[in-house]
Amino acid sequence: MKRYVIIGNGTAAAGCIEGIRSVDGDGAITVVSEERRPVYCRPLISYFLEGKTTLEKMNYRPDDFYERNGCEVLYGRKAVRIDADGKTVSLDDGSVLPYDALCVASGSSPFVPAFDGLETVKNRFAFMTMDDMLALDAAADEKSRVLIVGAGLIGLKCAEGLHGRVAEITVCDLAPRVLSSILDDSAAAPVEECLKENGIRLMLSESVARFEGNRAVMTGGGTVEFDILVLAVGVRANSGLVSEAGGETGRGIVVDRCMRTSLPEVFAAGDCTESEDISCGKKKVMAILPNAYMQGHCAGVNMAGGDETFDKAVPMNSIGFFGLHIMSAGTCSEEDSEVFEEKTDCGLKRFYVKDGRLVGFILVGGTERAGIYTSLIRERTPLSEVDFELLKKTATTAAFSHETRRKKFGGVV
Amino acid sequence: MSAVDFIFPEFEVVRNSDRCIACRVCERQCSNKVHSYNEERGAMLSDETKCVNCQRCVSLCPTRALKIVKSDCAFRENANWQPDTIKQVYRQASSGGVLLSAMGNPKPQPVYWDRILINASQVTNPSIDPLREPMETRVFLGKKPSRAERGPDGKLKTELSPQIDLSMPVMFSAMSYGSISYNAHASLARAAEALGICYNTGEGGLHEDFYRYGKNTIVQVASGRFGVHKDYLEAGAAIEIKMGQGAKPGIGGHLPGTKIVGDVSRTRMIPEGSDAISPAPHHDIYSIEDLRQLVYSLKEATAYKKPVIVKVAAVHNIAAIASGIARSGADIIAIDGYRGGTGAAPTLIRENVGIPIELALAAVDQRLRDEGIRGNVSLVVGGSIRSAADVVKAIALGADACYVATAALLALGCHLCRTCNTGNCNWGIATQRPELVKRLNPDIGSERLINLMTAWRHEIMELMGGMGINSIEALKGNRMMLRGVGLNEKELGILGISHAGE
Amino acid sequence: MKRVYVNEEWCLGCHLCEYNCAFANSGKPDMATALKGKPIYPRIHIEENDRISYAVSCRHCTDPICVKSCIAGALRQEDGVIRIDREKCVGCLTCVLVCPYGALAPDGDGVMQKCELCLQNSCGEPACVTGCPNRAIVYEER
Repeated sequence: MKRYVIIGNGTAAAGCIEGIRSVDGDGAITVVSEERRPVYCRPLISYFLEGKTTLEKMNYRPDDFYERNGCEVLYGRKAVRIDADGKTVSLDDGSVLPYDALCVASGSSPFVPAFDGLETVKNRFAFMTMDDMLALDAAADEKSRVLIVGAGLIGLKCAEGLHGRVAEITVCDLAPRVLSSILDDSAAAPVEECLKENGIRLMLSESVARFEGNRAVMTGGGTVEFDILVLAVGVRANSGLVSEAGGETGRGIVVDRCMRTSLPEVFAAGDCTESEDISCGKKKVMAILPNAYMQGHCAGVNMAGGDETFDKAVPMNSIGFFGLHIMSAGTCSEEDSEVFEEKTDCGLKRFYVKDGRLVGFILVGGTERAGIYTSLIRERTPLSEVDFELLKKTATTAAFSHETRRKKFGGVV
Repeated sequence: MSAVDFIFPEFEVVRNSDRCIACRVCERQCSNKVHSYNEERGAMLSDETKCVNCQRCVSLCPTRALKIVKSDCAFRENANWQPDTIKQVYRQASSGGVLLSAMGNPKPQPVYWDRILINASQVTNPSIDPLREPMETRVFLGKKPSRAERGPDGKLKTELSPQIDLSMPVMFSAMSYGSISYNAHASLARAAEALGICYNTGEGGLHEDFYRYGKNTIVQVASGRFGVHKDYLEAGAAIEIKMGQGAKPGIGGHLPGTKIVGDVSRTRMIPEGSDAISPAPHHDIYSIEDLRQLVYSLKEATAYKKPVIVKVAAVHNIAAIASGIARSGADIIAIDGYRGGTGAAPTLIRENVGIPIELALAAVDQRLRDEGIRGNVSLVVGGSIRSAADVVKAIALGADACYVATAALLALGCHLCRTCNTGNCNWGIATQRPELVKRLNPDIGSERLINLMTAWRHEIMELMGGMGINSIEALKGNRMMLRGVGLNEKELGILGISHAGE
Repeated sequence: MKRVYVNEEWCLGCHLCEYNCAFANSGKPDMATALKGKPIYPRIHIEENDRISYAVSCRHCTDPICVKSCIAGALRQEDGVIRIDREKCVGCLTCVLVCPYGALAPDGDGVMQKCELCLQNSCGEPACVTGCPNRAIVYEER
């Protein structure tokens, strides 16, 4: 009987468990879970703040998930060392888990820059885990003035979650726009507009120079008084275990298309990895839930001796703020691609084309059937095979050839 | 335009606003653009002036919110000047042209089928239950030998003329590709094959896709000779020479160039956009002798393997005409009564020219018997055979089989709106507009035709069984099985039947 | 497994399937009550241009990317049918972002809904199939 160890208990771990079980019904699976709770939908923490979901509904899988899949979960335990030669994982309580196949799904951690005077701030929070969120939830009240440092996905979702529950929200970011990693200035503008309309104060192109208790002195010279500080500057992949064991890491654990690391029988999946973004061919950390699941599943299948490749990873995001939906996928860089932009009634569509293929898009507002665009990137479909002029206006499979449609809709897919 | 030109619409579109959900299905389905959606009012509107009462919208409305009713806007009552007549005068005064209409004569002239009743066995001769006992509906059409000789081995020595083999005495009559759609033809061809009967190409040629249904196809040669070539003649089970058509005896046909597109043009072997004009006469036929030449030309061309049908409209001297045809070498005579349908005919001709098929059939059958040449030919009659009862009555009057077209079109969805000539058929039948043609899925169309004919065959067997007859052969010309009601002596005499009670 | 298939050769673009779907999933006794004066959110939609039209609904993929991508764990595959737990869905539209067929769309409240082959209502055969006037939509094993 094969022994499987999974470090981490997030989405990638769940995918890994389901991947293993799709091949091997018997092997022993041990999950090392630093968080003391079963796998939950991490991206939903802001929705909980907002009151759109409950703790119960946030469970990623049914209550009997581990039992049904024959997994032992070690809650509250942390892996401290991987011995790749001896094929063991040491835990923080001194115990040692031998494995035949290991999956590192250790996720990522908030990155906290060294702000001057940060230690003087009492009410400061990260916004990554359920515990972070519950602590914030308990601390926030209608009188709270909240300062969120970082106008990325995490910071803005946190702002939306707190909206209406606190007295004021300020979001600052060193970048000149919100969502700077996925949008450019013009695409970010309607999002900023929408945030401002909803009473969220944005301070862009500046960050905190130093903290003085409940006051932040900004790099622009102004000050912000706050009761609660949320640090959402960025995240770092938790790749230490693998690098210390001698495995190859970059900004994350380096994996191939089968989710193998450079260490024998050690796989990795999820936010802790960097893998090939097929929209640009570069290795990237793509810390998004769909990738985590699919990588986890792929790792699980291969750990159990099956054969699966996951070679269609692209970064993609679907986020909404106060009803305005924004989607992006692939590589949206104006440097080496042609850009097509269509203004629509409710927002904009921008397409990035390189070598006759769609490599990225940004949709603000109208996001209907966006998956058709995503699939063009994932499948690397030559645009000569589709009616791209039509696709620019609207996402429709009518832009495909009759033959392609027959394949897509005429049988089991 | 004169004020007189406005003729109040014949129909009203009644929309139940409690039910209408403004789904706009009616709007999308109406090729005549009767329905429209008013954004401002959030409601559907109708323009009755365009409505032909084809009932497409009524059939598809998911909430049954629509009905089409006859307008009650009335001219002053006048038994002599009926509304239709008045409107015809207005239209002609406005246009100066010959008025056209489609499908069969709708006027209330006598329908003799409805005045003929069928016999049934009681006590002295047993009726037959078709569910328990064998019943033969199969018929062969063609010249029958006057005497059959057998050799010492019992095998037939007499050489038989070619025959059409039908599982039941019904065929789909001629409707050309062009007048009806590709999908309508596909439905007819597939149904004919499944049923073991024949359909008829009409004068539009045979689309290459349908050669595979050859043994269930009758190919027609008409005065325009459209689409006629060697492969075409050889493709079918029989060849029909069309001399006339019941809906428009004495005149030819005219398919406007707008319908001669794509495959229609290729199949007819004429250029796209050119009008397809079938002359009134065949320009090489002015006598029975001329007809005989064409009959034998066609036989010669097909190695005497195909029976040749000569189709004529039922007109005044039909008995004498049929007698001539029976001597021309034709194997089958098809007679089309004046209530027969058409894709387009001058209204005046449709309503005033020709005679009822019942009288024509009885007269022809009697004449051929009197002359001892009935066996020379089989008789096929059409021109409004509406039901299995009409079929049984026709066989008993002397027909070998019936031609059915209008009933077949009804099975395909036709609602007899009689505007085939516009080419905007909302049911995908009498149109060449691709978006309309696709409305007739031949999977459904053929299935419905098969259902209809299967039902008729069951009914034919029930009626025959009731009479104590177990084969079409025994019913043929058996006028003892018929009685007239409300007919005068002359009519009974021509029909060769007794009055009910006699 | 039986699925809904659409033959674009026979689709008339009448949009009846959309209304039949919206009605079937409304829980109302008649269509007028269910749909009159309201926008509809069907689980099947017509794609059309001046040449073609065809209906699109969930393909019930054997390897469903929507299920794998759902950030709320609201989508699942059950005996081959992709089903949604609308209570769990938070309307993030990630499934819309990944579905290559454009088969998913939210309802009026922003919660996702999708074709579940009418298994959750009392229609038996999917309502879009039963109501298609030209047999362009069929429910069969392929």
